[in-house]
Amino acid sequence: MSGYGSRSRFEKASRFVDVNTKVPLEEAASTTPLHDTYGIITPSSLHFERHHSGVPEIDPATHTLTIHGLVDLPLVFSVDELKRLPSVSRIHFLECSGNGRSEWRGGSTESSVQRLHGLTSCSEWTGVSVALLLRECGVHAEASWVLAEGADAGKHDRSIPIKKMMDDALVVYGQNGEPLRPEQGYPLRLLLPGWEGNSNVKWLRRLKAMDRPAMTREETSKYTDLMPDGTARQFTFDMEPKSIITRPSGGDTLSGAATYELTGIAWSGRGTITRVEITTDGGGTWTDASLQSPVLPRAHTRFRWSWHWDGRESVIASRCTDDTGYTQPSIAELIKVRGVNSNYHNNGIQAWKVASDGKITNGNRA
Amino acid sequence: MAIARRLLLALGTAAVLVLATPTVADAAQSPAFGVGHAATPSEIRAIDIDIAPDGRGLPPGGATAAAGKDVYTRRCETCHGPTGTEGPQDILVGGRGSLSTAKPVKTVGSYWPYATTLWDYIRRAMPFDHPGTLTDMEIYGATAYILFMNGIVGEHDDVDQQTLPLIKMPNRNGFVADPRPDIPRRRLP
Repeated sequence: MSGYGSRSRFEKASRFVDVNTKVPLEEAASTTPLHDTYGIITPSSLHFERHHSGVPEIDPATHTLTIHGLVDLPLVFSVDELKRLPSVSRIHFLECSGNGRSEWRGGSTESSVQRLHGLTSCSEWTGVSVALLLRECGVHAEASWVLAEGADAGKHDRSIPIKKMMDDALVVYGQNGEPLRPEQGYPLRLLLPGWEGNSNVKWLRRLKAMDRPAMTREETSKYTDLMPDGTARQFTFDMEPKSIITRPSGGDTLSGAATYELTGIAWSGRGTITRVEITTDGGGTWTDASLQSPVLPRAHTRFRWSWHWDGRESVIASRCTDDTGYTQPSIAELIKVRGVNSNYHNNGIQAWKVASDGKITNGNRA
Repeated sequence: MAIARRLLLALGTAAVLVLATPTVADAAQSPAFGVGHAATPSEIRAIDIDIAPDGRGLPPGGATAAAGKDVYTRRCETCHGPTGTEGPQDILVGGRGSLSTAKPVKTVGSYWPYATTLWDYIRRAMPFDHPGTLTDMEIYGATAYILFMNGIVGEHDDVDQQTLPLIKMPNRNGFVADPRPDIPRRRLP
């Protein structure tokens, strides 16, 4: 018996924290072990992290959310007060815009799916509709943007179009049936289903209705996507349809010609996954994989396909399509339009190379 | 019969609306729930820290680069280098003309579109290990010095509540709206 359970001592999967980055640990990231997670829900303990100024320790008894700006009635809510309002629970992925950024320049020497694409996770989130909160304050018709600001050391902030705030944004306090983890914004965070991680402001303390964006550092000089002509795309919020085979994947070794299950995850920040296809011949032919229910909008979707490996060198990959009709492109197609300096939003196909001895490595490398 | 059924349907629809979305009737009037308390001006002032590109939110005060060199040396140089080009953290100076090359260098001078954002970000998040400890005058000073090192203001120009929003940053027009989806649509079999 124990008050708060822990997993078997035989299980070792954990987030990978890159302590060798030149940035301080407070600004670093840790990745989800995608190879060793099942289904579509990421255990809260394994949800990826990316902080801009560390993880604050916040007492929920004193934390408040203030809504002000272009509203009739600025309001301050305690965490308990927010929990008295109608609650909503929904399953959504959250992905860092920099996920897969190592692959823009010919593919990294790294092979692990966790290190390459582990900045995506999926949880059931519980909270209050932002639309309800804004209406409660009497938001003005001319409010077109809302600034969201955290209570972390650096007061991380992003301007969000009001349309998104009114459509499906949530102020969440629950994650996978319990309070948010500190590293996910305890006690309150903004959740913008399908939008890049950094816009889902953690430790949320303030929403300010405005008639234009604040042009914060994050939305001007940081999370903007540089194009080959020197211009940069701004307010690139959507995470586009993407899929990856998570098992087997880089670092695995197949034990000879036999039948294997290929499984992985697919997701779209614009809607629902309708199709996942698998290739085992480097993109020559594609076959539909099975989608595991539930298949939810803006959530990880689990797919699987049974593969008889004949023992010869192969290149395996997945590509997904969503209900807007968009099909995941190759990285080469992305580069043709965006060049290699855009840094963020790599949703290109991830290939795995299976050598004749069964060893699997990053197939994006030429 | 038909009328009765239509009436029943209408009643049923109304009942469902009332049951499922009690806020619909109240939405026109706020607050509908009466949860939370009205924010006082001083509560808002304590956290309303964002600075708009037109200068709204900037406090009175100002400094020159000459005056700001001292605070840069004491509070910024360890991470950003003596001339803002050395690192080890973000490069602040130089990189003009590099954005369309193979090795773009994104700095305050080459990339940031608004000078007000620099003031806002220094107050909000810098120095990284002690954010919130600089005075307004020190923030004006550090801002002026970083702009001076980038050749955007002169050493003795006043960078203040009035002049900061008027500074035209070199990359002011370098940003475009998100055009995605930007990949030609594939027709699957």
